[in-house]
Formats: sequence, C-alpha cells, structure tokens
Amino acid sequence: MSLKQTFLHNTHIAQNAKMLGFAGYNMPIQYPLGVLKEHEWVRQSAGVFDVSHMGQAIVQGQGAREYFNKLTPSTFLKTPAGKAKYTVLSNEQGGIIDDLIITCLSDDKFFVVFNAGNKDTDIAWFKQHLPASLTFTELSDKSLIALQGQKAEQVLQKFTDTDLSNLGYMCSTEAKINNSPVYISRLGYTGEDGFEISISNDKVIEFWQNLCADEAVEPIGLAARDSLRLEMGYPLHGHDIDATTTPIEADLNWIVSKTNNAYFGYDIISNQKQNGASKKRVGIKLTERGIAREGSNIYSQDGKLIGKLTSGSFSPTLQASIGQGYVDINYAVINTPVAVEVRSKKIPATVQDFTFVQPKTKR
Amino acid sequence: MSEVKDNLKYTQEHEWINTDGGNIVTIGITDHAQNALGDLAFVELPEIGKQVSKGDEVAVVESVKTASEVYTPVSGEVVEVNEALTDNPGLINTAPYDNGWIAKVKLSNADELNDTMDAAAYTQHIS
Repeated sequence: MSLKQTFLHNTHIAQNAKMLGFAGYNMPIQYPLGVLKEHEWVRQSAGVFDVSHMGQAIVQGQGAREYFNKLTPSTFLKTPAGKAKYTVLSNEQGGIIDDLIITCLSDDKFFVVFNAGNKDTDIAWFKQHLPASLTFTELSDKSLIALQGQKAEQVLQKFTDTDLSNLGYMCSTEAKINNSPVYISRLGYTGEDGFEISISNDKVIEFWQNLCADEAVEPIGLAARDSLRLEMGYPLHGHDIDATTTPIEADLNWIVSKTNNAYFGYDIISNQKQNGASKKRVGIKLTERGIAREGSNIYSQDGKLIGKLTSGSFSPTLQASIGQGYVDINYAVINTPVAVEVRSKKIPATVQDFTFVQPKTKR
Repeated sequence: MSEVKDNLKYTQEHEWINTDGGNIVTIGITDHAQNALGDLAFVELPEIGKQVSKGDEVAVVESVKTASEVYTPVSGEVVEVNEALTDNPGLINTAPYDNGWIAKVKLSNADELNDTMDAAAYTQHIS
C-alpha cells in the first residue's frame, strides 16, 4: 500500500520529522522538538501544521444554502458572507458521516474543509445529493496550513496586507500572500487563537519555510495536534464521532438548528434533542497514575460496564491522563466516580466536561 | 545516530543490561528505543520482590501516543526499581543508560547472559 504525500513532504524530511501513515497520507507525527515541547509551544507561542491532507472544495451555484441545509443539521440560510460554521454531514440514521467546516463566501459560493480520512466518502455523498444548479469542485491545487497560538496573528500579519485584527473568530477572508490569492480563516483545532490558510501548492513550500524561520514559530506534528485537541474536548471523527453516533449523543447539540427540518436524520436527531439519548460523550480523567487510551472499558463504581473510551492520552497542560468516551446516560454526570480498565487493572477516574482546558479562541 | 555503550549487554528488543553488580544486574532501554518512543509520559514499574522469567514483561513505558512493554532478559527477582521514574519518566529519554535505569534483578541463572548481544552486535542490529 503506498501512501500519498502533501506538497510539503520533502520539507518535513529536511526538518527531520518522524513520518507515519495517517488517513492514507505520509504525515509528520513529530519533529525533533518532541511531542511534549511541541504541545507547549502551541500553548505559549505559535505552531505551524501541514494539514494539506484534508479535503478542500468549493460548492458554487444557485441553491447552495438549501443544499447545506439538507446535508447538515445546522442552518445556512442566513449565514453572512465570510462566516464559517462547524457542523456535521448527517446520514438517514442521524449518524455523523464527517465533521467539517462550511464557510459562506457569498450566496452562491461556499468553501468546505473536511477530514482526510473521509475524503472519498464525503465527496461521493456531496456529489450524490448535488442538484443540477450546483457544481462541486475539489481544490486539488491548494494546500492547507494551520498557524495556531497566541503569537499567530502577529506572525501571519507579516505575510499579508489584510488587517487580521479585524478578522473575527470563525470568520474567513480572501487575501494575498506573496502575491498569491489565499483564504485565511480564523479557526483551528487547538483551542488557541489561530488561522487556517488555504494556499496554492506552488507557494506553500516558501510560505512554510518563511513561517518556520520566524523565531516565534515551530513546526508541529500530528501527535501534538491530537493532544492539543483532546485538552479542548474536540472530537476526532472515526474515534469520538462516527456514522453510528448522533450529534446529540456526541453532546454537539449546539450545532443542531432549531429551524432546519430538511436534513437527513431529522426525525431521530430532533427526537433525541427533545427526549435525550441513551448514551452521551463525556470527558474521563484518571485520578490515579496511568494512561487510559481508546478502547478502554469504563466501569461504574459498583463494577457495571457503562461505556468505552474513544480517545485517550496524556495531557501535558494538566499532567494527567484524559480522554473522551461514551457512557450510559445515567452516568453522564460531572464528577461521577468511575473506573477505567488499563491492562487488566481498574484505575479510578471521574466523569468530567470534555473541555478540560479552556479555549483561548478570539471572540 | 543512537548511542551504544561498550560496557553493556543488549537484547533484540532494545533492552540493555549492566552486569557490573555481580549477580544483581541493572536493566533499562536503549537510546535507540527511547528515540523511537519519543517523550515518555508514564512508566509502570514492577513490584519489588516480583519473580520473573527471562522474556517476561517487567515494565511498561508510555509515550503520549503509545504504550510499550519492557521485557526482562534474565530470570530472577526484582530487588530494586527506579522510583525517580514515577515523577520524571523523561529521565529515560535524557539519560537512558544511567539515571533512566528501570529495575535491578537478582539473577537465578547467570547462563542467560550468554544469550545477549555485545555493543558491536547491537550496533549492527539497529543499523
């Protein structure tokens, strides 16, 4: 099986990154700085991530708003130009095909960014339900760079004339970097202030190298990307959310519109929104030494199997083992004592809000 | 290039053994192993007094991403463990051959040391 590469592949090798296959791509897992220091660097300064493996596309034409109201449980009927929304593609069972960012560029032009691991499935789904009035164009000539951290704005401002201090959270703008048109969106997967920049493949290597040359910036691998998002409670599709979990079970109620009733899975999702679901995604934190990981069983205090961890790792910020998992709704209460099975031993833990560390995203 | 110490013995699974202490040997993991694992976040040490057989899992070292077993190259009894690793698992990354030692085992069969590699053979093994 051969892995795909991003346009920055040789740059990562030159920077001595440890590479590993992820979602069909050969990606940098960490650089010589190491996972713990990379994680802290993003929390203290600015980290740059190659996320070009993700899918990027433009949906254009008449009826774009109604189209996304059919494919997602959110509403795009009134989304202003320049506004990005986090949402999911739902299926007929109310499950989550993928989570993604949909940005309104204008009434008839939308920009979508979706997970690398679901690229083919998503594109097939988008096209299957595409009316004749719309076109779906993959941006295969674009790379995607994330710059995240409290120093991200001051760094990125050096590269563009567009005033970034005016760009709000979950907002997007067209801009120019090195005379090349880019989309800059103020959002990310780390909980820090930061941006994702969609930039032409023929400009990305120079852009990346210039960013890394800035003393405030370090390149960051996918391992730290995972520990950063886990501290924030952001789900990872294929682990914490998938085609068998609904947005209500995933505690993503906030993305479900009160007005949209046209989407796939509406009956199941609105029923759960009204009456509750039988299980819920929660945060789990070990209270004794150890690290609990994906797949670990979760037990109630009286020894009943109540759920399973879907993500788990060590949090450098909290110096503790944290994770996400689904538990029986009766145990989905903050501070409920539970136990997590790690290598045949039950380690005490508690149910917590999966937002273990407060995001610093600009509001 | 990973460091390999001349005065130690090695296993295929990247453990090292220090035989300077006579029939009490010290074991740990090599520079090559700690580099492959990355930053360690947690070490599960064996109980003192535990009886082990050659090849048994004697410790677990965990990086942010994964857990890895450490196997004892010798049979015997665990007589001492490196408690410093409890609060500072990173010692294995920064000093895998000295301050990052994992456990001391009192040998029950000195012949088992003949199955280990010397520094030259281990260097070959990891290249």
